Amino acid sequence: MKYIDEFQDPALARRLLDEIRATVTRPWALMEVCGGQTHTIIRHGIDQLLPDQVELIHGPGCPVCVTPLEVIDKALEIASRPEVIFCSFGDMLRVPGTGRDLFRVRSEGGDVRVVYSPLDALRIAQQNPDREVVFFGIGFETTAPPNAMTVYQARRLGIRNFSLLVSHVRVPPAIEAIMQSPSCRVQAFLAAGHVCSVMGVGEYPELAERFGVPIVVTGFEPLDILEGVRRTVAQLERGEHTVDNAYPRAVRPEGNPAALAMLEDVFEVTDRSWRGIGVIPGSGWRLSPRYRDYDAEYRFSVTGIDTREPAQCRSGEVLQGLLKPHECEAFDTICTPRTPLGATMVSSEGACAAYYLYRRLDMKKTAPVEASSVG
Amino acid sequence: MCLAVPGRVLEIEERDGTRMATVDFGGVVKEACLEYLPDLQVGEYAIVHVGFALQKLDEDSARQTLELFAQLGMLQEEFGDPWEMAAEAGGLPLPGSGEAAQEAQR
Amino acid sequence: MAETVETPTRGDVTASATPPSGIPPLDPTAWTCPAPLRDHPRIVMGHGGGGALSAELVQHIFAPAFGGEVLAQMGDSATVSLGGARLAFSTDSFVVRPLFFPGGSIGDLAVNGTLNDLAMSGARAAYLSCGFILEEGVELSVVARVADAFGTAARNAGVEVATGDTKVVEAGHGDGIFINTAGIGLIPAGVDLRPQRVVPGDVVIVSGAIGVHGVAIMSVREGLEFGVEIESDCAALGGLVEAMLAVTPDLHVLRDPTRGGLAASLNEIAAASGTGVVIQERHVPVPPPVANACAILGLDPMYVANEGKLVAFVPREHADAVLDAMRAHPLGGDAAVIGEVVDAHPGMVVARTGLGGTRVVDLPVGEQLPRIC
Repeated sequence: MKYIDEFQDPALARRLLDEIRATVTRPWALMEVCGGQTHTIIRHGIDQLLPDQVELIHGPGCPVCVTPLEVIDKALEIASRPEVIFCSFGDMLRVPGTGRDLFRVRSEGGDVRVVYSPLDALRIAQQNPDREVVFFGIGFETTAPPNAMTVYQARRLGIRNFSLLVSHVRVPPAIEAIMQSPSCRVQAFLAAGHVCSVMGVGEYPELAERFGVPIVVTGFEPLDILEGVRRTVAQLERGEHTVDNAYPRAVRPEGNPAALAMLEDVFEVTDRSWRGIGVIPGSGWRLSPRYRDYDAEYRFSVTGIDTREPAQCRSGEVLQGLLKPHECEAFDTICTPRTPLGATMVSSEGACAAYYLYRRLDMKKTAPVEASSVG
Repeated sequence: MCLAVPGRVLEIEERDGTRMATVDFGGVVKEACLEYLPDLQVGEYAIVHVGFALQKLDEDSARQTLELFAQLGMLQEEFGDPWEMAAEAGGLPLPGSGEAAQEAQR
Repeated sequence: MAETVETPTRGDVTASATPPSGIPPLDPTAWTCPAPLRDHPRIVMGHGGGGALSAELVQHIFAPAFGGEVLAQMGDSATVSLGGARLAFSTDSFVVRPLFFPGGSIGDLAVNGTLNDLAMSGARAAYLSCGFILEEGVELSVVARVADAFGTAARNAGVEVATGDTKVVEAGHGDGIFINTAGIGLIPAGVDLRPQRVVPGDVVIVSGAIGVHGVAIMSVREGLEFGVEIESDCAALGGLVEAMLAVTPDLHVLRDPTRGGLAASLNEIAAASGTGVVIQERHVPVPPPVANACAILGLDPMYVANEGKLVAFVPREHADAVLDAMRAHPLGGDAAVIGEVVDAHPGMVVARTGLGGTRVVDLPVGEQLPRIC
């Protein structure tokens, strides 16, 4: 695909890697915020190709992983109702709530459907006027505008049997929370490119200044990641900490004004609990009072849910970069992608699942493969 | 988060009062909502996420980025690429792999 | 991909079968076997997905209930001896939505799927059975089109439909048409295709572009529709296998990577043979429409279904000749060497990425789901 293939070119990747190698003089810990970036890094083996001094800490930017347990449990409860068609992005079906997931709800008779776009859910609502259609509105600033537009359209078209179960999260408050943690090791951030496509970069200079960390807006293809790392390491080595845009083809400083206006209309900022981390003030969006009629939490009063997170799960520490997944006692013992304890083992971007998939290899001591892995 | 891919706008139309586009992703054609990019024209590229075009892709900028990458480490090139030499020395040759590589890239 | 098992339930037992009445329901709290079914007290779609869940269902419910040495082979088809003849015997059930898709229909699929299972043991298929489960209300013209496609596919492969059965279920209890087929064929002398014969040094060859069938089906699936000029690769592979065996009967193992894709087949072979498999990712033939559809949906082509491709593990000394024979056959024109067998990381499949890194290609857990992140 044009503008993807060119940014996977192995020869150019080598040039970027050589440049990083030539620049780095001491160890640095970088956090890539976004789960999509984690996926690229692991999928292409980029972490193995970087010099040892560059450590990548996988951040909490996987919406599937950080959606709080109580919201998952609400989703499970609503999806179980006979009058409901529950629509969701595919990623969310396997995420464990308290004791079950959406797959299980479906096997028990719930009408749970995977859609590609929230607009598909709206169409299902139009086609099924006698059913209640609920869309699971999760995601970061990138996914919020599509969900906002869908609610806006529902109201404009007078589609009354549609509602949104909202658990949107925002990146900047999460960066702030990570930096304020006393045991924080993060020295720089690769910011999530597509979040900035929507939001612009205006929220970041203050964070870079306050915490003295470079923040480099980074794309998602292998060359984009390497360019983000290259620019970050260059700043760190020079002792600088500014906001830089390494993804200018998709990110303008001002973001997308039309999307920002829609977000302003449909959502309002709220405190949000992040699974495994806890409540981060001002880190979420919920529907504004004008759209309360479309809020599934109000339409379906869900009460009496007993929410329990498995005690052995240390995904919170993993999400904050305090613990490597394979250092957790449950990792690859009682917790596997097949039997996940926490959401980080579910999504293929989840730090634990990514480690499970790709790093078990290292633990099995695969010298012969590594030796021939160049080229 | 945020699996979004660049696609080229083939057609634009109004539907139910909403601006929608047919978008080509390298031979895969899907619909996308254009409400957030009201100025986007046929032939232009946009970053599409869950059926919504969220930002115009700046083709000049993409080209400049690639040119920048190509200029990195030009000096090394004159002495031969150490990666390629290492690959040739360390890689396991497979029967027919040369041809297979060409097949794969077709 | 949510609501359908896009490709047939493969193997000797179908994951989507309803348990016969009279069997007491499982009590999950009294269940003693380690973890597998406890968190899913009911069948979920992933049990039919060809991945880890399917394997556990067979391993924990069907295999212990049935027993038997033949079943323990757990191949795509069973090898049995009868009256001095070595026969391959296989059955397969087909639940596909939609019934007609670009490049084929459930009729072609039901014939070719079972024939390919036989072909993977090197057998020359001889006879097929067919069981049609029809849903009340399905149009006769639809049944006729499927039957016609079924008959044409069988004739093209030179196989006779020897016996059949029809049942009708009430409206709402089926998905239009379900088909079960079984087939038998004769295994030529000297041919012994089993994962246990795989040894380090073997060369891994794939017969052509991967992911084509799965993407063709997804493109017409409700809620996922996209336009793409691609047709299912659904085809009977018996002729290609004959051409390969004509080079040497000493092929080690063949698999047709259907549900779960190439990744599932390679993992099954690595696990059963106790060897490691290394794939050169850039040599795996992935056509651009497949790669791009996967990029949009967040899927990995290695996990997408095929219906007319095979993967072969071939002794190194025969690899070039077998590759040439495959490329000379109409169904193997794009055949490519994609990797080799090693003694490191036994049971694991590892891909060397285009950039020179490595990653583990794991057995898929259940259904492949589109990602947003």
